[in-house]
Formats: sequence, C-alpha cells, structure tokens
Amino acid sequence: MSETKLDLLQGTLDLMVLQTLEAMGPLHGYGIARRIEQVSGNEILLNQGTIYASLVRVQQRGWIAAKWGTSDNNRKAKFYSITKAGQKQLARDIAYWQRLAGVMGRVLGMQSEGGEQ
Amino acid sequence: MMHFVREALNRLRSFFRKGPLDRELDAEMASHIEMAIEENVRRGLPPEEARRHALVQFGGVQQARERQRESRGLPWLDVLMQDLRFTFRTLRRDRGFAIVAVLILALGIGANVAVFSVVNTILLRPLPFPAAQQLVRIVEKNPKAGESSKTYTADATQDFQQQNRSFQSVSGYFAFTGPDNYKLIGGDQPVPLTGILVAEGFFQTLGVKPSAGRLFRSEEFVQHAQPVALLSYPFWKRQFGGDRSIVGRTIDLNNTAVTVVGVMPDTFDFGSVFSPGAKIDLFTPYIMDDFRNDGNDLALIGRLKPGVTLAQAQSEADQLFPQLYFEHKHPEYGKHYTGQLTGLKEYVSGKLRRALIVLWCAVGLILLIVCVNLSNLLLARAAARSKEFAMRGALGAGRGRLMRQLLTESLVLSGAGALLGLVLGFASVFYLAHQGSLALPLLSMVRVDGAVLAWTLLIAVGAAVLFGLTPSLRISSGNLQETLKESGQGASASRKHDRMRSALVITEVALACVLLVGAGLLLRSFLRVLDVDLGFEPSRAAAISVDYDDGRSAAKRAAIWQEAVRRASLIPGVEAAGISDNLPMSRNRSWGVKAKGGDYDSGKFQGVFVYIVSPGYIKSMGMRLVEGRDINWADLSDNQAVVIINETVARKLWPGQNPIGRTALTGGTEARVIGVIADVRETGAEDAAGWQIYLPASKNFGPEGCYLVVRSKLPPGTLATSVMRTLRQINPGQPATEFKPIQNLVDHATSPRRFFFLLVSIFAGLGLLLATLGIYGVVSYSVTRETQQIGIRMALGATQERVLFDVIWKTLRLAFIGISAGVVGSLMFARLIASLLFGTAPNDLPTFAMMAALLGTVALLAGYLPARRASRIDPIIALRTN
Repeated sequence: MSETKLDLLQGTLDLMVLQTLEAMGPLHGYGIARRIEQVSGNEILLNQGTIYASLVRVQQRGWIAAKWGTSDNNRKAKFYSITKAGQKQLARDIAYWQRLAGVMGRVLGMQSEGGEQ
Repeated sequence: MMHFVREALNRLRSFFRKGPLDRELDAEMASHIEMAIEENVRRGLPPEEARRHALVQFGGVQQARERQRESRGLPWLDVLMQDLRFTFRTLRRDRGFAIVAVLILALGIGANVAVFSVVNTILLRPLPFPAAQQLVRIVEKNPKAGESSKTYTADATQDFQQQNRSFQSVSGYFAFTGPDNYKLIGGDQPVPLTGILVAEGFFQTLGVKPSAGRLFRSEEFVQHAQPVALLSYPFWKRQFGGDRSIVGRTIDLNNTAVTVVGVMPDTFDFGSVFSPGAKIDLFTPYIMDDFRNDGNDLALIGRLKPGVTLAQAQSEADQLFPQLYFEHKHPEYGKHYTGQLTGLKEYVSGKLRRALIVLWCAVGLILLIVCVNLSNLLLARAAARSKEFAMRGALGAGRGRLMRQLLTESLVLSGAGALLGLVLGFASVFYLAHQGSLALPLLSMVRVDGAVLAWTLLIAVGAAVLFGLTPSLRISSGNLQETLKESGQGASASRKHDRMRSALVITEVALACVLLVGAGLLLRSFLRVLDVDLGFEPSRAAAISVDYDDGRSAAKRAAIWQEAVRRASLIPGVEAAGISDNLPMSRNRSWGVKAKGGDYDSGKFQGVFVYIVSPGYIKSMGMRLVEGRDINWADLSDNQAVVIINETVARKLWPGQNPIGRTALTGGTEARVIGVIADVRETGAEDAAGWQIYLPASKNFGPEGCYLVVRSKLPPGTLATSVMRTLRQINPGQPATEFKPIQNLVDHATSPRRFFFLLVSIFAGLGLLLATLGIYGVVSYSVTRETQQIGIRMALGATQERVLFDVIWKTLRLAFIGISAGVVGSLMFARLIASLLFGTAPNDLPTFAMMAALLGTVALLAGYLPARRASRIDPIIALRTN
C-alpha cells in the first residue's frame, strides 16, 4: 500500500527509528531524533518534526508500541519501544540494506575496473 | 503482510479519531520542544535563543502535524469529505438548480433503468431454466402462418425421440389450447380454467422441478391412466390459497376426478416463455395414443446433449425429419417433415431484438439529452461562479483540485438522480411485469437485479463525467487575472461561453429531433396498423366460451348450438349471434385443402386455416360475404358437406372462375363451396391473410371448442350479464367465463407495437421537454446578460418589436441548425428502425415535416417568453443597474 509511496528518506527514517529503539531501549520522540542526529554526526538534514510521521506509521504497523511516561527531568513524554514484530522487521530491513550495500559496492567497483580496460 | 492489514485498520480508526489524536500529537510535540529548550539552556544558551534554536531544529510545527496526519489517516477520504461538504453547501445555496438537475437526471436514468431491465430480461439474461443454452425449439423449415406448420404428430414425435442422437430429451406440448378449455367444478359456480397438455418429459427437458409434490410419471402418459394434473403457482395461490395439502387430493375438472400431483414453482411461467400474454392454470399429461389420428399438434422442444452444437443437431435433423411418417397407420399420408432447430431463447425473443435495441438507443438518446441539458445548466452556473473559482485558484487551489471539486458536484447530482431514477425505474418495472395483457415474452420476469444496478451505476458515473466535463474544463482553463478583473458583462470569455452553450442547445435540439421523428414514424405505422382492413369488425362484437354436454352426438350438438344462437339473438340490443370453435388472432389450426380435379401446385394439399362455425358467425363477426350464401342450420342438422372459402382460396384454387358450386377436398371429405368471404387477418393485423375455410359443425367436421360471438348496438360490457343468464338457462353448469370484446384480440395482437410506440413517444416527449428547457435557459440567460446592451439599443431608438424579433430570430436560428442536424441524424436512425415500420417509408416526408414543424413551434414558444421580457426592458432601469 503506502509502502510504495514512501520515498527513500521516509523508508530510511523508519529503519533508523527502529534501530535506535532496538539499541537504546524505550525513548521519546525528542530522544530518538537527537540520538539519530548524534549518531549520524549531524550529516543528515533532519527536521525533528518529521520524526512524528514516521513514528505513527511504524506504530500503526505494529512494529513499535507507545506509552505516556515521565522523562528523566520529570517531564511528561510519550515513550516508544520496539515490539517483537518490530525486531523481526528490523532484522529483515538490515539484511536487505546490507545486501543492497554489498551489491552496490560490487557494481560500483566493477565500473571503475571497466574504466581501466 | 499482516502489517498491511493492521496499518489499514489503524488508518481507518485514526480517520474517526481525529480530535483526540491531534490533541495527543500536540502534547507530544509541545513536550518535545520543551525538552529541546531545556537542553539548549543546559548548553548555555539564553532562554530566548534556546527557544528559537529548538523551533528551528524542529522545523515547521504545522507541516509536521500535516505529515503526521497524512501518514496516520486516510488523506484522500479527507479531501473527498471536504469536497462533499462543500458540494452540499453550494447546492443548498442553489436549491432550485439542484432540484431541477436531480429531477431531470432521475427521469433520464429512470427511463434507462426501466428499459435496461426489459432488455436484460428479454435479450441478455438466459431463459430461467438450468443450462438454458441447451434448449432448442423445433419447427418446420419455412413455416407457413399458423401453428400447424410449427408442430408435429404424435407418431413423428415419438420416432424422432427414438432416432435422434443429439438430444438428451425431446418433448413438447399441445399447441392448440384455447383459453378457458377446462372448468373446475365444486364451488358455487364452475370456474373456467386454461390447461396445457404436456408430453412426457416436458418439465424434465426444461429442467423445472415442482415446488410441491412431484412431476408426472411415465404410467400417467398411457390411455385410461388415473387422470392427474399439476397446478401453476398463481392458480394454486388464487384458487387454493397456497394450501400445500392440495397435493394428493382430487379436483373435479369437466366432471372428471383428477388427482393433483404437484404444484409448479413461482419462477415457472409457461405463458411468458411459450405463449406471451397467456395465463396457464394447470398442466395435464398429453397421452400420445389419444392423439394418434389428430394431425400436427405437438410443439417440440429439446435439450441438446452436452457438447453437441446446434449445427451438429441440425445436420442430424436434416437427415431424420424427412424420414418421419405423418402417421404410422396411414403411410400413404407420406413423409414431408423438415425440422428447423432454433435456440429456445432466440426463438422466444429473437424477433424482438431489433425493437428492443431501438428502444435502448432511444433511452440512450434521452440520457444524452439530459447530459447536454445539465452541461448547459452547469455552464450557466460556472459563468456565475467563475469569480469564485478564480479566487480559489488565486488562493492556491490547483487545477486538478478545482476539477475534482466540480466532478464531485456532478457525481453528487447524478448519484441523487440515480437514486431517484432507480425508484422510478423500479416502479415502471413493477408496472410492466404485471401487464398480463401485453403479448411480450418473459415480461412477467422483468425485475431490477444486480445487472440492472450495475448498469445504473455505470450510466450515473458516465453521465456525471459527461455533463461535468465541459464546465470543469471551461472553468479550469480560464485565465485567473482576466476573470478577476472582469466586471459584469461583455467580455470576450463570456462570448465564448455563449457559443458553447449554443452548441449544446443545438445538439439537444438535434437529438430531440431524432427521437421525435422516430416516434412519429412509429406513430404513423401504428395508425396504419389500426387502419388495416381486418376483414371483420372487432368493435361492438364480443365472444364467450360456451360449455355444453352433447354426449358426443353431432345432432344433439347442433340442437344446443342452434338454441344458444337463437336465445342470444333474442337478447335486446343484439344484432347478430353465431358460434365458431376458433376466433381470429387467437389460437389457430390448419388443415389441408385442394380443389377436386384442380391442379394448383400439382394438386397437393395446401395449408388452410379452419373454422368450424354455425350460421350467423360470419355476420356476428362483421365479416363480408362477397359471393354465395352463409351456412344454414339445415347444413348442420343434415350433415351437409359445404364450405365457405375466403378470396385467397378462391383466387388460388379456381383462378378466374366462379368457385360457387365447386368441390373442395378437405377434412377427409368432399365439400361443396357455397360462399366466398373477404379475407380475414387471422394471425395479426400486420400479417397478410392466408388461406381460410369455414365449415359447418356437422358430423363431418367436429369443432374443438365453442365461442358464442354476439354483435350488438350496445357496448359489450352491458350485455355480459344477460348473455351469461341466457347460457345458464341452457346449461346450469356453464362456468363463469369472461365475455370478451373481440377488440381485445386485436389489441392483444397489436400490443407489442403499441408498447414500443408508447415508450418511444414518452421518450420523445421527454426529449422535447428537455430541449425546450434548454432553449429557454440559453435564450433567457443571454437576455439577462445583455440587459444593459438592450437598454442602450432601446435608448438609441430600437422599437420593442425590433428587440422582440431579434431575440426570437436568435432562437429560431439555434432551432433551425439543430433541426437540420436532427433531420440528417433521423434519416440514419430511421433506416435502423425501417423493419419496425408498417406501411410507412423510413423517409416519410409528412412525418419529417410535422416533427420539424413541431420542434420549430416549441422552440418559438421557448424563445418567446425571454423575447417578451427583453422587449419590456426599461432602458432607464437597465442602464442604471450597472
């Protein structure tokens, strides 16, 4: 359905959200956004607000669960955590990405060799 | 794949929980920003800067909200709901327009629903039998008029049943049943019934199962078997109140105890398939041995074996039929049969195909006119709303979004029209299905089913796109700036608008013209049919089926007949009375006839319609004796073998000679010709007369039924009770048969033509009305728009007459172009319906002229009202208003 409509960035963001939650445990939207910014070394341009479209989409697919709770400095926030289905999906996505990256690497490598001949 | 389903469900749920979800999101985003500010403050930024920084990091709050909504809900549905809400709001504001549009659409769609239901039932849907495509009707090749050449003898039927390899089964029914051929005894009064004799395996061949009880068994098809009957569903309901315990009980039919073995299902309507317009009450076994000597009387149907094609079966039939004897006991009668196999469906409805397709085209035209009309109305609205749309465009609505909005409007209108149209269509279908007197096959099975609903949906959407497209293209192609700048009238865009509206009106007039000419041609044909010299005078004559017990004695029968005719003649107001066993345009039967010693067609017997009659019948029917004398009572009592022939027989058998006194061979004996009558149209008003003979009911010629025909000065209805009283005096057991005007027979025979003519006329009337509305709308609108201009002209000295004339001239010009195009279209359409016309050429000049004149006149009237308004414009007021 809407999967096909997702552009690369959206799909990528969904995967980043899943991986962040898998690695960090339950987090709120701000935490996730900050974490992604930090890990990516601020190399991707991310409007933090866009994370919420991704969160609600992934949540509706049943890959993450959400619960209101209290943050470290006593602020009310919605905490997201990855579900069983989410972990499976994450594994699938990682495998896909690694395969794709491998293939891309090989293909691009071949092109430079071909240039020499 | 689970997550697709879950996501879809969640999206749907979110769609209905917008409020809470939005509030939750807002809270979440607020806490997000607070946390960001806190972190920035911790990093040492001043509070104001920390806040600014947090907001920049977050991006647009509103955009984030929108994107979240889009990915959690059903954005297209949101847009649709928005469009719908807006549509309803605008339509409510423009209530008059909405009501007119929906009504027009409902008429157009309703007519289409009704006609499609009929077309679907008669042409498209298979017959209501299992594997109906295997069913075949078998008749003689090149059948002459009359059922006798469409039927076979018992012997021939049995031989064919045994010899063929193509059919699972072959069966048939007795084709010469007249109405009211049974009487049910037991109540206060005997009840007249119509029963059909069916051969063994008839229902099994059709694949019909009884709704109660069982079908006939083999042992019930032998002579002297216990008499049994199957009831038709309507008769069972009517006579026995749907009492299931009737199965197994005996009823008294014609003084014979008959056991009811079963009831046929509601879905089985023998009449509607085999004898349109006939009501059949019960079925009894056709016992072959009872009919061995009776000639052709079985109408045959067969069910092909699976995998056998019609062509294969036909080639087998071509070999078998010429080998079938007419009668085993009389091999000298020879074997002359042929067998033409036709799919039962094709046989039943094939003749109607063209008429129905024409009808379908006619309603299609109506729908087109409706669409054109609505296009026009919408264009007028579009002109009035062009600023609104330009404004919305300026505020950022895309072209697609605007068109979508307009299309939503069209769909809402046509959807409402379709709903109302379905109600109209449903009502007309219900009415049609209960028109028992219409001689159209399968009519009782017409209903609104899934196919009809699908068709309705299709034409509703099609219509919406069709009539919504032009205005939406016009609107969305407009130049924003121009439109916004434009104030009031006179701009070039409006003139383009006007041209398009005129083109639409011309189309409408042309389409209406085609319909009108079609209806006119059919009307003229119908009048021609009514004008046909039938050879008898149906008005003021009526017939009643008479019951008597003659103990199988010809002398006793002659006495009863004479008494009945004598007493009937004495009833005040009666001019003439007579009896025949057969009436024209109802059941028919033919025998062979040839001139003694004659050589017409090498002296072979020719098929001839036979009427066994009493003296006075010819007079009571209003038939004309052109030579010789009528039969007299002495011919009956003395068993004289005399015959009255019609002009066709006289001309063919004794060309150029006086036939009176000659001898004809017929009915197995020699008969002296005593009279010649003018030809009677015996099968229908539109079929030329065939060969006919009239024989006295004597020992030589046994009648099959008895209809007392009475001609009077009074309307037949007023005589019914006195005729019945007279018959009861002779025979207290006379059932309460109906005293039917002979006109009914003629009406029944012409009913399909009347049906088509009436429907096409209604559609033509509708088309005319819509075209008139269209003309009126356009002219009236242009007058309104040009009020100022007209005012100026009048201020400059144009007279009222001049203004009136100009507007009317404009109208007539539109009408004239439309009519010219329509006449060309009609010439083509008329060729399509040429085979449906009777005594009328498809390019019949008077019809074309009349219809063109009618359209022109109506256009004139439609233009006159706005023209008069224009001529009464007060220049001062007109110039002041702008």
